[in-house]
Amino acid sequence: MNSGNHEDPAQDTSYRSWGNYPRAAHKKVLRPSWMDEITSATLKENAPLLAYGLGRSYGDSCLNDGGTLMDCRGLERILEFDVETGRIVCEAGVSLGEILLVAVPRGWFLPVTPGTKIVTLAGAIANDVHGKNHHVEGTIGCHVERFELVRSTGEAVICSRTENPELFAATVGGMGLTGIIPWAELRLKKIESSLIEMDTVAFNSFEDFTRLSSDEEGARYEYTVGWVDCLSGRKTRGIFMRGNHATTGGLHTHPEKIKLNVPFNLPGFTLNPLTIRAFNTLYYAMGKAKGGHSQVPYDPFFYPLDKVDNWNRIYGEGGFTQYQCVVPETEVAAFQEILERIAHGGQGSFLGVIKKFGSVPSPGMMSFPRPGLTLALDFPFRGEKTLRLFSELDEVVAAAKGALYPAKDPRMSPRMFRLSYPRLEEFRKYVDPALSSSFWRRVAEVGR
Amino acid sequence: MSEGLIILGATSKIAQEVGRVAARHGREVLLVARSMERAEAIAGDLRVRGASKVTVIAADLGEVLLAYGSLGDQERADHDIDYTLRELNTNFTSAVSLLSHAAEQFEGRKKGVLAVITSVAGDRARRSNYVYGTAKGALTLFAQGLRARLFTSGVRVLTIKPGPVDTPMTAHMKKGLLMATPQAVAAAIYREMEDGTADVIYVPGYWWLIMAIIKAIPEGVAKKLKF
Repeated sequence: MNSGNHEDPAQDTSYRSWGNYPRAAHKKVLRPSWMDEITSATLKENAPLLAYGLGRSYGDSCLNDGGTLMDCRGLERILEFDVETGRIVCEAGVSLGEILLVAVPRGWFLPVTPGTKIVTLAGAIANDVHGKNHHVEGTIGCHVERFELVRSTGEAVICSRTENPELFAATVGGMGLTGIIPWAELRLKKIESSLIEMDTVAFNSFEDFTRLSSDEEGARYEYTVGWVDCLSGRKTRGIFMRGNHATTGGLHTHPEKIKLNVPFNLPGFTLNPLTIRAFNTLYYAMGKAKGGHSQVPYDPFFYPLDKVDNWNRIYGEGGFTQYQCVVPETEVAAFQEILERIAHGGQGSFLGVIKKFGSVPSPGMMSFPRPGLTLALDFPFRGEKTLRLFSELDEVVAAAKGALYPAKDPRMSPRMFRLSYPRLEEFRKYVDPALSSSFWRRVAEVGR
Repeated sequence: MSEGLIILGATSKIAQEVGRVAARHGREVLLVARSMERAEAIAGDLRVRGASKVTVIAADLGEVLLAYGSLGDQERADHDIDYTLRELNTNFTSAVSLLSHAAEQFEGRKKGVLAVITSVAGDRARRSNYVYGTAKGALTLFAQGLRARLFTSGVRVLTIKPGPVDTPMTAHMKKGLLMATPQAVAAAIYREMEDGTADVIYVPGYWWLIMAIIKAIPEGVAKKLKF
């Protein structure tokens, strides 16, 4: 490659995951600025290699300790956008926020969006991300028309539902292990307004939440999500947010500049169970007070945390992690047990997000979303204490035939990975021999 | 301004960002680059971002932004003379050739802007990058001469001297406080090209002061400095 990449004798430790745990040292970092720099030969020469986007994966699925990282943010051009049909073709490193900037003024929106727009399109595909409208639209993979895939074992191929469909299914949710995506095509969703008609409803029991996320209720709202306070003892309380795209109010994009920033890691003691409890109580009171109907721009509705750059640094040098699982809807008891164990553990959780997935099948053989209830909880990383709690939670999830989410995980066992992904053996056949990640070596290559 | 903007060396990071600013203004942009494939990728991006028209072949020129350059490897240049000459060719001789062609056209039309990105490195040769500095310094002088020649024809020659900018060219360098973003540099360049009247600008502007001080260091002292 001719532009920008360098080979320091020293290892590069500057690439982190969102949780700041675990850390990794990369022996080399490639920074392609052009799609033509991604070739089979590049992959082969730099094995083991992993593509890196905006580093929003929490654990180690975006790290490649001891190997090569390919920083794909230089691939940030939007190649085509048909404003009639809403099809957009982007280089891999274009972020979802950058897509919104060009799409919203023309009346188009992301068909599916995660809780941050600071992720790359290829990263979103590699994790087959989901959002608040999973019960209606499924995962982002459901809206990916096609992409190019460069593999070390041959030349570049186009993957879609009709062309190389097996590679398509392996790559969507394939954690970047099946090849490198130089560009992808996405089908956007038509909107009439950039505003969201939002309702907030406080709930005081799990039954309340279940009622709010029932199919009948869900049919009336494209976007639904619950925020749950895990420290309020045995009682489950929280706020249910639901919304639809408005039909009036104009088409306005989000501000391009982020005003607030956490410039460095805060001391580790900033977050303890007490401050978390105070935050939860406040948040709950706020949600209750503001309950009812309002019209809000899409930015605060979908991306409240994007307002603060590097918000992960509030967790300090020790880092943090997230526990996200899904269990079948019939296993509500397991869900409540998880919440109770967390409350009992006293480790606190900053944000508990709870959502009912719908029945739209995920297109990826390794996609995380499946019918059931999903829960995502942030924890400051406190070493053994955190790991012990998570192992306990694993047992509950495993017994309920649930699954964990690689994009959020720094610690799941190979056994949990196998139990979570029944198509793992089939997936292995599509893993590119030149590609790997810290996560993959940890959960899938142990003892092989 | 309704005339087209031609960007020579369209695949440089700064040129791409200038192109995006122009696209947001709905401008017609003409891209010149060695790689058609890469220029096409940029052309698509500029179309999506609002450029009224993007072409990657020669057309009617209103302004020229010469943006390419190679930082090179000074350690290698110390002992590899062929390499040194190649670097001088990339950064200076080829630029002289392109600018001379453009000057001919603009002189005949009696209007236009020739914007040339040189570098603060051309203000004083330093141990760590003097081959690059020599080429950029020579290019600065050439632009100065061209300005004197084209002035009477109503053609403006603008010399742009950026300090270090966070681009693929400087990816190996430490990101200090003085490292500017390509977006900020692009905004300053575009503003000056469209609305300004200056002959020479430093971007960011404080590099004028820094370089004034660096140029004032007596040679006897400067030659001993490792920077």
